[in-house]
Amino acid sequence: MEHRVRSPLSEGDVSKLSAGDIVWLSGVIYTARDKAHQRLGEVKFDLRGGVIYHCGPLIRDTTVVSAGPTSSVRLARYTPQVLDLGVRCIIGKGGMPGAAELMRGRAVYLAYPGGCGAAAARSLSVRGVCLSELGMAEAVWEFEATDLGPMVVAIDSHGRDLYREVRESAKKHLKR
Amino acid sequence: MALLRRCDVVKATEAVACKSQISLPGWVVRLIENALRSERSEIARYHLNAILNNIRIAEADARPVCQDTGLPVFHVEIGEGCSFDFNLWEAIAEGVTIATRKGMLRSNVVDPLSRLNTGDNTGPGMPYLIVDHVTGDSLRITAFPKGAGSENMSFLGMLNPADDPFEYILENLAERVSNACPPVFVGIGIGGTFDQAAALAKRAIIGLPGESKEELLLLKRINDLGIGPMGLGGDTTALGVKIERAFCHTASLPVAVNLQCWANRRATARVTEDGWSIE
Repeated sequence: MEHRVRSPLSEGDVSKLSAGDIVWLSGVIYTARDKAHQRLGEVKFDLRGGVIYHCGPLIRDTTVVSAGPTSSVRLARYTPQVLDLGVRCIIGKGGMPGAAELMRGRAVYLAYPGGCGAAAARSLSVRGVCLSELGMAEAVWEFEATDLGPMVVAIDSHGRDLYREVRESAKKHLKR
Repeated sequence: MALLRRCDVVKATEAVACKSQISLPGWVVRLIENALRSERSEIARYHLNAILNNIRIAEADARPVCQDTGLPVFHVEIGEGCSFDFNLWEAIAEGVTIATRKGMLRSNVVDPLSRLNTGDNTGPGMPYLIVDHVTGDSLRITAFPKGAGSENMSFLGMLNPADDPFEYILENLAERVSNACPPVFVGIGIGGTFDQAAALAKRAIIGLPGESKEELLLLKRINDLGIGPMGLGGDTTALGVKIERAFCHTASLPVAVNLQCWANRRATARVTEDGWSIE
Protein backbone atom coordinates (compact mmCIF):
# COMPACT_ATOMS: atom_id res chain seq x y z
CA MET A 1 0.00 0.00 0.00
CA GLU A 2 1.22 3.54 -0.75
CA HIS A 3 0.68 6.57 1.49
CA ARG A 4 1.26 10.30 1.14
CA VAL A 5 1.75 11.87 4.56
CA ARG A 6 2.52 15.36 5.87
CA SER A 7 4.39 16.34 9.02
CA PRO A 8 3.75 17.06 11.85
CA LEU A 9 2.27 13.60 12.30
CA SER A 10 -0.40 12.49 14.74
CA GLU A 11 -0.69 9.13 16.47
CA GLY A 12 -3.48 8.35 13.97
CA ASP A 13 -1.25 9.18 10.96
CA VAL A 14 1.40 6.81 12.25
CA SER A 15 -0.92 3.93 13.17
CA LYS A 16 -2.16 3.71 9.54
CA LEU A 17 1.32 2.74 8.35
CA SER A 18 2.14 -0.97 8.29
CA ALA A 19 5.49 -2.66 7.76
CA GLY A 20 6.16 -3.05 4.04
CA ASP A 21 4.03 -0.05 2.99
CA ILE A 22 5.54 2.67 0.79
CA VAL A 23 5.50 6.28 2.03
CA TRP A 24 6.03 9.68 0.36
CA LEU A 25 6.48 12.40 2.96
CA SER A 26 6.03 16.17 2.76
CA GLY A 27 6.45 18.89 5.36
CA VAL A 28 9.19 19.84 7.80
CA ILE A 29 11.90 17.31 8.72
CA TYR A 30 15.06 17.69 10.83
CA THR A 31 18.42 16.06 10.16
CA ALA A 32 20.39 14.66 13.08
CA ARG A 33 23.51 12.53 13.24
CA ASP A 34 25.75 11.40 16.11
CA LYS A 35 26.77 14.67 17.82
CA ALA A 36 23.33 16.24 17.26
CA HIS A 37 21.69 13.33 19.07
CA GLN A 38 23.94 13.95 22.08
CA ARG A 39 22.66 17.56 22.16
CA LEU A 40 19.02 17.18 21.07
CA GLY A 41 17.89 18.89 24.29
CA GLU A 42 19.49 22.15 23.06
CA VAL A 43 17.69 22.13 19.70
CA LYS A 44 15.34 25.10 19.42
CA PHE A 45 12.91 23.36 17.04
CA ASP A 46 9.65 21.85 18.36
CA LEU A 47 9.96 18.12 17.68
CA ARG A 48 6.41 17.14 18.75
CA GLY A 49 4.88 15.14 15.91
CA GLY A 50 8.13 15.72 14.11
CA VAL A 51 10.34 13.77 11.76
CA ILE A 52 14.03 13.11 12.43
CA TYR A 53 16.13 12.21 9.38
CA HIS A 54 19.40 10.36 10.03
CA CYS A 55 21.32 12.34 7.45
CA GLY A 56 24.54 14.28 7.13
CA PRO A 57 23.82 16.32 4.03
CA LEU A 58 26.14 17.89 1.49
CA ILE A 59 25.04 21.52 1.19
CA ARG A 60 26.45 24.23 -1.07
CA ASP A 61 25.54 27.75 0.17
CA THR A 62 21.89 27.04 1.09
CA THR A 63 21.20 24.46 -1.60
CA VAL A 64 20.87 20.78 -0.72
CA VAL A 65 23.26 18.99 -3.11
CA SER A 66 23.05 15.39 -1.84
CA ALA A 67 21.18 14.13 1.21
CA GLY A 68 20.67 10.38 1.53
CA PRO A 69 20.37 8.56 4.86
CA THR A 70 23.20 7.55 7.19
CA SER A 71 23.32 4.26 9.14
CA SER A 72 20.71 4.36 11.89
CA VAL A 73 22.39 1.60 13.91
CA ARG A 74 24.75 4.21 15.40
CA LEU A 75 21.80 6.22 16.69
CA ALA A 76 19.60 3.41 18.02
CA ARG A 77 20.85 4.05 21.57
CA TYR A 78 19.14 7.48 21.61
CA THR A 79 15.67 6.17 20.70
CA PRO A 80 14.11 6.74 24.19
CA GLN A 81 15.22 10.40 24.31
CA VAL A 82 14.08 11.03 20.73
CA LEU A 83 10.63 9.55 21.39
CA ASP A 84 10.31 11.51 24.66
CA LEU A 85 10.67 14.72 22.62
CA GLY A 86 7.52 13.69 20.74
CA VAL A 87 9.12 12.54 17.50
CA ARG A 88 6.68 10.40 15.50
CA CYS A 89 8.86 9.32 12.60
CA ILE A 90 12.52 8.46 12.14
CA ILE A 91 13.99 8.15 8.64
CA GLY A 92 17.24 6.31 8.06
CA LYS A 93 18.78 3.19 6.62
CA GLY A 94 19.76 -0.22 7.89
CA GLY A 95 17.35 -0.32 10.82
CA MET A 96 17.45 0.39 14.55
CA PRO A 97 18.00 -2.70 16.70
CA GLY A 98 15.82 -2.63 19.80
CA ALA A 99 13.65 0.27 18.61
CA ALA A 100 10.51 -1.68 17.65
CA GLU A 101 9.30 -2.17 21.24
CA LEU A 102 9.98 1.47 22.13
CA MET A 103 8.16 2.73 19.04
CA ARG A 104 5.05 0.65 19.59
CA GLY A 105 1.97 2.90 19.61
CA ARG A 106 4.12 6.01 19.16
CA ALA A 107 6.28 6.17 16.06
CA VAL A 108 7.48 4.56 12.83
CA TYR A 109 10.85 4.04 11.18
CA LEU A 110 11.01 4.66 7.44
CA ALA A 111 13.85 3.30 5.29
CA TYR A 112 15.05 5.65 2.58
CA PRO A 113 17.19 3.80 -0.01
CA GLY A 114 20.79 4.17 1.17
CA GLY A 115 23.12 6.06 -1.13
CA CYS A 116 20.31 7.80 -3.01
CA GLY A 117 21.45 11.26 -1.97
CA ALA A 118 21.00 12.94 -5.35
CA ALA A 119 17.32 11.95 -5.63
CA ALA A 120 16.61 12.93 -2.00
CA ALA A 121 18.17 16.36 -2.50
CA ARG A 122 15.70 17.17 -5.27
CA SER A 123 12.87 16.80 -2.72
CA LEU A 124 14.47 18.95 0.00
CA SER A 125 15.01 22.67 0.61
CA VAL A 126 16.65 24.43 3.55
CA ARG A 127 14.39 26.33 6.02
CA GLY A 128 16.84 26.75 8.88
CA VAL A 129 19.73 25.29 10.83
CA CYS A 130 20.63 24.70 14.47
CA LEU A 131 23.91 23.59 16.10
CA SER A 132 25.69 24.83 12.97
CA GLU A 133 28.95 24.88 14.96
CA LEU A 134 28.99 21.07 14.55
CA GLY A 135 29.68 21.53 10.83
CA MET A 136 27.68 20.82 7.69
CA ALA A 137 27.15 17.09 8.15
CA GLU A 138 26.53 17.10 11.92
CA ALA A 139 24.34 20.22 12.25
CA VAL A 140 20.57 19.95 12.66
CA TRP A 141 19.08 21.15 9.36
CA GLU A 142 15.44 22.11 9.09
CA PHE A 143 14.29 20.97 5.66
CA GLU A 144 11.03 21.38 3.79
CA ALA A 145 10.35 18.04 2.11
CA THR A 146 8.17 17.64 -0.97
CA ASP A 147 7.17 14.06 -1.67
CA LEU A 148 10.34 12.61 -0.18
CA GLY A 149 10.42 8.95 -1.13
CA PRO A 150 9.89 6.17 -1.89
CA MET A 151 10.42 5.04 1.69
CA VAL A 152 9.53 1.64 3.11
CA VAL A 153 7.86 1.35 6.51
CA ALA A 154 10.52 -0.88 8.02
CA ILE A 155 9.46 -0.64 11.68
CA ASP A 156 5.78 0.11 12.24
CA SER A 157 4.02 1.28 15.39
CA HIS A 158 2.46 -2.17 15.88
CA GLY A 159 5.71 -3.94 16.79
CA ARG A 160 6.79 -5.29 13.39
CA ASP A 161 10.45 -4.85 12.41
CA LEU A 162 11.23 -6.01 8.85
CA TYR A 163 15.00 -5.93 9.43
CA ARG A 164 14.66 -8.29 12.37
CA GLU A 165 12.45 -10.63 10.34
CA VAL A 166 14.89 -10.69 7.40
CA ARG A 167 17.93 -11.19 9.68
CA GLU A 168 16.29 -14.06 11.59
CA SER A 169 15.29 -15.72 8.34
CA ALA A 170 18.87 -15.39 7.02
CA LYS A 171 20.26 -16.97 10.21
CA LYS A 172 17.88 -19.91 9.90
CA HIS A 173 19.07 -20.33 6.32
CA LEU A 174 22.70 -20.43 7.55
CA LYS A 175 21.93 -23.27 9.98
CA ARG A 176 20.31 -25.43 7.33
CA MET B 1 62.50 9.54 -18.46
CA ALA B 2 59.18 11.42 -18.77
CA LEU B 3 59.11 14.32 -16.30
CA LEU B 4 55.53 14.91 -15.10
CA ARG B 5 54.24 18.30 -14.02
CA ARG B 6 52.80 18.91 -10.56
CA CYS B 7 49.95 21.09 -11.88
CA ASP B 8 48.78 18.20 -14.10
CA VAL B 9 48.67 15.81 -11.13
CA VAL B 10 46.70 18.35 -9.06
CA LYS B 11 44.18 18.98 -11.86
CA ALA B 12 43.83 15.29 -12.74
CA THR B 13 43.19 14.46 -9.08
CA GLU B 14 40.57 17.17 -8.74
CA ALA B 15 38.87 15.94 -11.93
CA VAL B 16 38.67 12.28 -10.89
CA ALA B 17 37.70 13.19 -7.30
CA CYS B 18 34.69 15.07 -8.75
CA LYS B 19 33.81 12.68 -11.60
CA SER B 20 33.85 9.63 -9.34
CA GLN B 21 31.12 11.22 -7.21
CA ILE B 22 28.75 11.98 -10.07
CA SER B 23 28.71 8.93 -12.31
CA LEU B 24 29.17 5.22 -11.70
CA PRO B 25 31.08 2.96 -14.10
CA GLY B 26 28.86 1.38 -16.77
CA TRP B 27 29.59 -2.15 -15.58
CA VAL B 28 28.27 -1.29 -12.10
CA VAL B 29 25.04 0.15 -13.52
CA ARG B 30 24.58 -2.93 -15.74
CA LEU B 31 24.91 -5.25 -12.74
CA ILE B 32 22.16 -3.31 -10.92
CA GLU B 33 19.94 -3.38 -14.04
CA ASN B 34 20.47 -7.14 -14.38
CA ALA B 35 19.59 -7.61 -10.70
CA LEU B 36 16.34 -5.70 -11.20
CA ARG B 37 15.37 -8.08 -14.04
CA SER B 38 15.73 -11.19 -11.89
CA GLU B 39 14.60 -9.80 -8.52
CA ARG B 40 11.37 -11.36 -7.19
CA SER B 41 10.72 -9.22 -4.09
CA GLU B 42 8.49 -6.19 -4.63
CA ILE B 43 10.22 -4.10 -1.93
CA ALA B 44 13.59 -5.04 -3.42
CA ARG B 45 12.48 -3.95 -6.89
CA TYR B 46 11.30 -0.65 -5.37
CA HIS B 47 14.78 -0.10 -3.98
CA LEU B 48 16.63 -1.14 -7.15
CA ASN B 49 14.44 1.21 -9.19
CA ALA B 50 15.11 4.03 -6.71
CA ILE B 51 18.85 3.35 -6.99
CA LEU B 52 18.79 3.45 -10.80
CA ASN B 53 16.68 6.62 -10.74
CA ASN B 54 19.19 8.18 -8.32
CA ILE B 55 22.08 7.30 -10.62
CA ARG B 56 20.30 9.08 -13.51
CA ILE B 57 19.56 12.16 -11.39
CA ALA B 58 23.15 12.44 -10.13
CA GLU B 59 24.49 12.37 -13.68
CA ALA B 60 21.83 14.77 -15.05
CA ASP B 61 22.33 17.31 -12.23
CA ALA B 62 26.12 16.74 -11.89
CA ARG B 63 25.66 16.18 -8.16
CA PRO B 64 27.13 13.46 -5.93
CA VAL B 65 25.30 10.13 -6.08
CA CYS B 66 25.55 9.84 -2.29
CA GLN B 67 25.94 12.57 0.34
CA ASP B 68 28.68 10.46 1.92
CA THR B 69 31.37 11.36 -0.56
CA GLY B 70 33.65 9.08 1.39
CA LEU B 71 37.28 9.07 2.38
CA PRO B 72 39.73 10.14 -0.34
CA VAL B 73 41.25 6.82 -1.40
CA PHE B 74 43.30 6.67 -4.61
CA HIS B 75 44.83 3.82 -6.52
CA VAL B 76 48.02 5.23 -8.00
CA GLU B 77 49.94 3.36 -10.71
CA ILE B 78 53.37 4.83 -11.29
CA GLY B 79 55.05 4.00 -14.59
CA GLU B 80 58.69 3.01 -14.19
CA GLY B 81 59.59 5.40 -17.02
CA CYS B 82 58.14 8.52 -15.39
CA SER B 83 59.61 10.78 -12.77
CA PHE B 84 58.56 13.83 -10.78
CA ASP B 85 60.39 16.54 -8.89
CA PHE B 86 57.60 17.10 -6.33
CA ASN B 87 55.90 15.20 -3.52
CA LEU B 88 53.19 13.05 -5.14
CA TRP B 89 51.09 12.73 -1.96
CA GLU B 90 51.05 16.51 -1.47
CA ALA B 91 49.97 17.09 -5.08
CA ILE B 92 47.10 14.60 -4.76
CA ALA B 93 46.11 16.13 -1.40
CA GLU B 94 45.94 19.54 -3.09
CA GLY B 95 43.57 18.14 -5.73
CA VAL B 96 41.36 16.79 -2.92
CA THR B 97 41.36 20.15 -1.14
CA ILE B 98 40.27 21.95 -4.32
CA ALA B 99 37.45 19.44 -4.98
CA THR B 100 36.27 19.92 -1.38
CA ARG B 101 36.33 23.74 -1.64
CA LYS B 102 34.23 23.51 -4.80
CA GLY B 103 31.51 21.78 -2.76
CA MET B 104 31.78 18.46 -4.57
CA LEU B 105 33.13 16.58 -1.52
CA ARG B 106 31.59 16.71 1.95
CA SER B 107 34.33 17.34 4.53
CA ASN B 108 34.54 13.91 6.14
CA VAL B 109 38.11 13.69 7.43
CA VAL B 110 38.58 14.13 11.20
CA ASP B 111 41.28 13.49 13.80
CA PRO B 112 40.49 9.98 15.13
CA LEU B 113 40.66 11.04 18.80
CA SER B 114 39.74 14.72 19.02
CA ARG B 115 37.28 14.25 16.10
CA LEU B 116 38.32 17.71 14.91
CA ASN B 117 37.30 18.12 11.25
CA THR B 118 40.11 19.41 9.05
CA GLY B 119 37.53 20.86 6.64
CA ASP B 120 39.39 19.89 3.46
CA ASN B 121 39.39 16.07 3.54
CA THR B 122 43.14 15.87 4.18
CA GLY B 123 45.21 15.09 7.26
CA PRO B 124 47.90 12.64 8.29
CA GLY B 125 47.26 9.47 6.22
CA MET B 126 44.50 11.12 4.14
CA PRO B 127 44.33 10.97 1.19
CA TYR B 128 45.18 7.29 1.35
CA LEU B 129 47.23 6.13 -1.63
CA ILE B 130 47.37 2.50 -2.74
CA VAL B 131 50.48 2.46 -4.91
CA ASP B 132 51.62 0.10 -7.65
CA HIS B 133 54.72 0.38 -9.79
CA VAL B 134 53.94 -0.58 -13.39
CA THR B 135 55.54 -0.46 -16.83
CA GLY B 136 55.19 2.60 -19.07
CA ASP B 137 56.02 6.28 -18.72
CA SER B 138 52.76 7.69 -17.35
CA LEU B 139 50.98 7.99 -14.04
CA ARG B 140 47.46 6.60 -13.59
CA ILE B 141 45.28 7.98 -10.76
CA THR B 142 42.02 6.25 -9.86
CA ALA B 143 39.77 7.99 -7.34
CA PHE B 144 38.08 5.35 -5.24
CA PRO B 145 36.05 7.20 -2.60
CA LYS B 146 35.07 5.00 0.34
CA GLY B 147 31.92 5.76 2.32
CA ALA B 148 31.61 4.95 6.02
CA GLY B 149 28.40 2.92 5.80
CA SER B 150 30.03 0.00 4.03
CA GLU B 151 33.52 0.55 5.49
CA ASN B 152 32.15 0.38 9.06
CA MET B 153 30.59 -3.02 8.36
CA SER B 154 33.85 -4.55 7.10
CA PHE B 155 35.55 -7.13 9.31
CA LEU B 156 38.72 -9.13 9.89
CA GLY B 157 39.29 -12.41 11.71
CA MET B 158 42.42 -14.32 12.65
CA LEU B 159 40.95 -17.78 12.12
CA ASN B 160 42.19 -21.17 13.18
CA PRO B 161 43.58 -22.99 10.11
CA ALA B 162 40.94 -25.69 10.68
CA ASP B 163 38.09 -23.13 10.42
CA ASP B 164 36.06 -22.71 7.24
CA PRO B 165 36.66 -19.12 6.06
CA PHE B 166 33.49 -19.10 3.96
CA GLU B 167 31.28 -20.01 6.93
CA TYR B 168 32.95 -17.18 8.90
CA ILE B 169 32.27 -14.74 6.05
CA LEU B 170 28.62 -15.79 5.62
CA GLU B 171 27.84 -15.64 9.36
CA ASN B 172 29.29 -12.14 9.68
CA LEU B 173 27.67 -10.89 6.49
CA ALA B 174 24.26 -12.12 7.68
CA GLU B 175 24.68 -9.94 10.77
CA ARG B 176 26.24 -6.85 9.19
CA VAL B 177 25.44 -6.46 5.52
CA SER B 178 22.06 -4.71 5.92
CA ASN B 179 23.91 -1.63 7.23
CA ALA B 180 26.34 -1.56 4.31
CA CYS B 181 23.79 -0.33 1.71
CA PRO B 182 23.27 -3.61 -0.13
CA PRO B 183 23.42 -4.77 -2.84
CA VAL B 184 27.12 -4.75 -2.03
CA PHE B 185 30.42 -5.75 -3.56
CA VAL B 186 32.39 -8.08 -1.30
CA GLY B 187 36.17 -7.78 -1.34
CA ILE B 188 37.91 -10.64 0.44
CA GLY B 189 41.53 -10.99 1.48
CA ILE B 190 42.61 -14.45 2.61
CA GLY B 191 46.05 -15.23 3.97
CA GLY B 192 49.19 -13.18 4.43
CA THR B 193 49.68 -11.30 7.69
CA PHE B 194 47.07 -9.45 9.79
CA ASP B 195 47.53 -6.18 7.86
CA GLN B 196 48.11 -7.87 4.50
CA ALA B 197 44.71 -9.56 4.61
CA ALA B 198 42.96 -6.18 5.07
CA ALA B 199 44.99 -4.60 2.26
CA LEU B 200 44.14 -7.53 -0.03
CA ALA B 201 40.44 -7.14 0.77
CA LYS B 202 40.55 -3.49 -0.27
CA ARG B 203 42.48 -4.33 -3.43
CA ALA B 204 39.86 -6.97 -4.22
CA ILE B 205 37.13 -4.32 -4.48
CA ILE B 206 39.32 -2.07 -6.57
CA GLY B 207 39.39 -4.89 -9.14
CA LEU B 208 36.46 -6.20 -11.10
CA PRO B 209 34.01 -8.74 -9.64
CA GLY B 210 35.63 -12.16 -9.70
CA GLU B 211 34.68 -15.06 -11.90
CA SER B 212 36.34 -18.05 -10.28
CA LYS B 213 34.26 -21.04 -9.19
CA GLU B 214 34.79 -20.13 -5.52
CA GLU B 215 33.80 -16.51 -6.06
CA LEU B 216 30.63 -17.35 -7.97
CA LEU B 217 29.62 -20.00 -5.43
CA LEU B 218 30.09 -17.58 -2.53
CA LEU B 219 28.10 -14.90 -4.40
CA LYS B 220 25.23 -17.37 -4.77
CA ARG B 221 25.41 -18.40 -1.10
CA ILE B 222 25.30 -14.72 0.00
CA ASN B 223 22.31 -13.99 -2.22
CA ASP B 224 20.55 -17.15 -1.00
CA LEU B 225 20.43 -15.58 2.50
CA GLY B 226 17.55 -13.41 1.23
CA ILE B 227 18.73 -10.22 2.94
CA GLY B 228 18.15 -8.13 -0.18
CA PRO B 229 18.61 -4.46 -1.07
CA MET B 230 18.93 -2.32 2.09
CA GLY B 231 18.36 -5.41 4.26
CA LEU B 232 14.60 -5.51 3.67
CA GLY B 233 14.48 -8.87 1.89
CA GLY B 234 15.05 -10.04 -1.66
CA ASP B 235 17.29 -11.97 -4.01
CA THR B 236 19.93 -9.25 -4.50
CA THR B 237 22.26 -8.86 -1.53
CA ALA B 238 25.60 -8.83 -3.37
CA LEU B 239 26.51 -7.87 -6.93
CA GLY B 240 30.03 -9.26 -6.93
CA VAL B 241 32.59 -11.18 -4.89
CA LYS B 242 36.33 -10.98 -5.44
CA ILE B 243 38.92 -12.97 -3.52
CA GLU B 244 42.59 -11.99 -3.32
CA ARG B 245 44.96 -14.33 -1.56
CA ALA B 246 48.50 -14.40 -0.18
CA PHE B 247 50.38 -17.36 1.26
CA CYS B 248 50.38 -17.37 5.05
CA HIS B 249 51.98 -18.96 8.12
CA THR B 250 51.10 -22.59 8.68
CA ALA B 251 49.55 -21.64 12.05
CA SER B 252 47.49 -18.72 10.65
CA LEU B 253 44.38 -18.08 8.61
CA PRO B 254 43.71 -14.31 8.37
CA VAL B 255 40.42 -13.46 6.63
CA ALA B 256 39.41 -9.88 5.89
CA VAL B 257 36.23 -8.66 4.24
CA ASN B 258 35.96 -5.12 2.90
CA LEU B 259 32.46 -4.19 1.82
CA GLN B 260 31.56 -1.70 -0.86
CA CYS B 261 28.01 -0.38 -1.25
CA TRP B 262 26.18 -0.46 -4.61
CA ALA B 263 27.62 3.04 -5.19
CA ASN B 264 30.90 1.50 -6.32
CA ARG B 265 32.38 4.81 -7.40
CA ARG B 266 35.63 5.32 -9.25
CA ALA B 267 37.14 7.43 -12.01
CA THR B 268 40.58 7.30 -13.60
CA ALA B 269 42.91 9.87 -15.16
CA ARG B 270 46.27 9.42 -16.86
CA VAL B 271 49.07 11.95 -16.49
CA THR B 272 51.89 12.06 -19.03
CA GLU B 273 54.63 14.58 -19.73
CA ASP B 274 52.23 16.17 -22.26
CA GLY B 275 49.37 16.74 -19.79
CA TRP B 276 46.47 14.75 -18.36
CA SER B 277 43.22 13.20 -19.55
CA ILE B 278 40.29 11.27 -18.09
CA GLU B 279 40.19 7.61 -19.13
